[in-house]
Amino acid sequence: MKRGRVGSWGLALGLGFLWVPVLLLVGFAFSADRIPFQWGGVSLRWFAALAANERLIEAAWLSIRIAAGAATLAMLIGGAAGFALARWGGFGGRVLLGGLIGAPLVLPEVVTGLSLLLTFVALEALTGWPEGRGALTVLLAHGTLGAAYVAVVVQARLAGGERVLEEAAMDLGAGPFTAFCTVTLPLMVPALAAGWLLAFTLSLDDLVVASFVSGPEGTTLPMVLFSALRLGLTPEVNALGAVILLLAGALVGLAMLLLRARRVEGQGEGG
Amino acid sequence: MRRLLILVPVWAWLLAFVAAPAVILLGIALGQSTEGIPPFAPPVGPGLVWQGSLGNFATLFEDEFYFDSLLRALRIATSTAALALLLGFPMALAIARAPRARQALLLALVLLPFWTGFLLRMGAFIGLLRDQGLINGLLIGLGVVQEPLPLLYTEGAMLAGMLHAYLPFAVLPLYAALSRLDPVLEQAAMDLGATPGAAFRTVTLPLALPGIIAGFLLVFIPAAGEFVIPELLGPSEALPVGRVLWQEFFQNRDWPLAAALAVALLVLLILPIRLFQRLESRA
Repeated sequence: MKRGRVGSWGLALGLGFLWVPVLLLVGFAFSADRIPFQWGGVSLRWFAALAANERLIEAAWLSIRIAAGAATLAMLIGGAAGFALARWGGFGGRVLLGGLIGAPLVLPEVVTGLSLLLTFVALEALTGWPEGRGALTVLLAHGTLGAAYVAVVVQARLAGGERVLEEAAMDLGAGPFTAFCTVTLPLMVPALAAGWLLAFTLSLDDLVVASFVSGPEGTTLPMVLFSALRLGLTPEVNALGAVILLLAGALVGLAMLLLRARRVEGQGEGG
Repeated sequence: MRRLLILVPVWAWLLAFVAAPAVILLGIALGQSTEGIPPFAPPVGPGLVWQGSLGNFATLFEDEFYFDSLLRALRIATSTAALALLLGFPMALAIARAPRARQALLLALVLLPFWTGFLLRMGAFIGLLRDQGLINGLLIGLGVVQEPLPLLYTEGAMLAGMLHAYLPFAVLPLYAALSRLDPVLEQAAMDLGATPGAAFRTVTLPLALPGIIAGFLLVFIPAAGEFVIPELLGPSEALPVGRVLWQEFFQNRDWPLAAALAVALLVLLILPIRLFQRLESRA
């Protein structure tokens, strides 16, 4: 199998390209040298410097709070939209609803960011809300982005034929609300959780949309990082990279466990 | 009734934060830049008087700086998508033909760097490519070159960063298409006398075509508006539209012109976006 070998080489090359920069970043986080990516013996000094960098810590804490809020908002809106799209065959404006909820997935970030900023400015001029721009407007923007992803995940999850289960519950005397709470909602939980995590990490990682819609009181972690990278690399960035890789690894591990649980459960249902 | 309870908030949200922004963006693009807060005059003035114009769009066409930035962005996006397919296809094929149990692990390895913080990965590229960086350090240390090579702030550095950021977007749809493919089909073609190369060209490649197109578009669409990677790794002249839009907005504070650039970018991307949505709804 000659092509099998080509594929394996391609896979090794691709994974190497993806991982070597990341691993070097993490490895050099433990270097004592003041110039990033120069080896000066093992040291944790940059982790200590990171922990003492108040501007960065403050921005990281704000980013985490925004991401948690945005992900929750995204889960509610995206979950409702995904549910409606998957379960209610035809309702007025279904196609438009599907198009609108998914639009942020296909729009370039600069377009989303600019158009949302202009919307917040217009809303404030008309209604006085949201007052100025900052953490709240970033949260609203990220919630809108995240809802697109949650809707896709939930819709895919509910696309199977499990509607029968709800009907069975209702045949056995459950009201539609009880059937939803006891049958459909538990089915949606893994998708909602995975969607929440996805929206959370997207929000944590977003620079472009946040830069457009934020204000003086809303400096997120990517904004601090971006201005640092523009001025030049510091070893603290390496240390932060190591910390985030660890956290992201843990989160992805959790998401995979959730999805695995979903798959096993899916097989149990014979689907 | 119960349906309305769910649908009304969803509709309200989507109208306010997805539909209205599109309309407002187009509106401001027809407006004019002014000194003030906010720094523009909307196309409909007090007393509902129309004061908009197509002036911003005329500027985009007349001033080569803007027009070229749009074309440049499309060219960069095409190169990125082509590179991502070239590297992503053998990866996806190898993953799809790996034992089932290993596929999930390999996919996770492709996706995990995607979750490690996009800016940090670009920071790694800066650390590798700059004059005092790892690669130049190695080359000078080994005596290959005397002076550091100018690697950072080049088109090559930018494409490497773009490829790193977008490769997983190409691998996933390719993998989805290739894993559905029965390897028996290619075997059958070979049993009937096709060479492995011919079997690949006439069986595997055509059947993987929807995945190839989806992978291309999934990279091309966001790459066309990319701002961060050209800004951090790319050359300081010959800006793609993402950087020009950013400059107009943040440095020149010309919001209407920035909005017109966004509308122009959207118009250029409408066809790829529609094509992608068609592919998605069929899958």
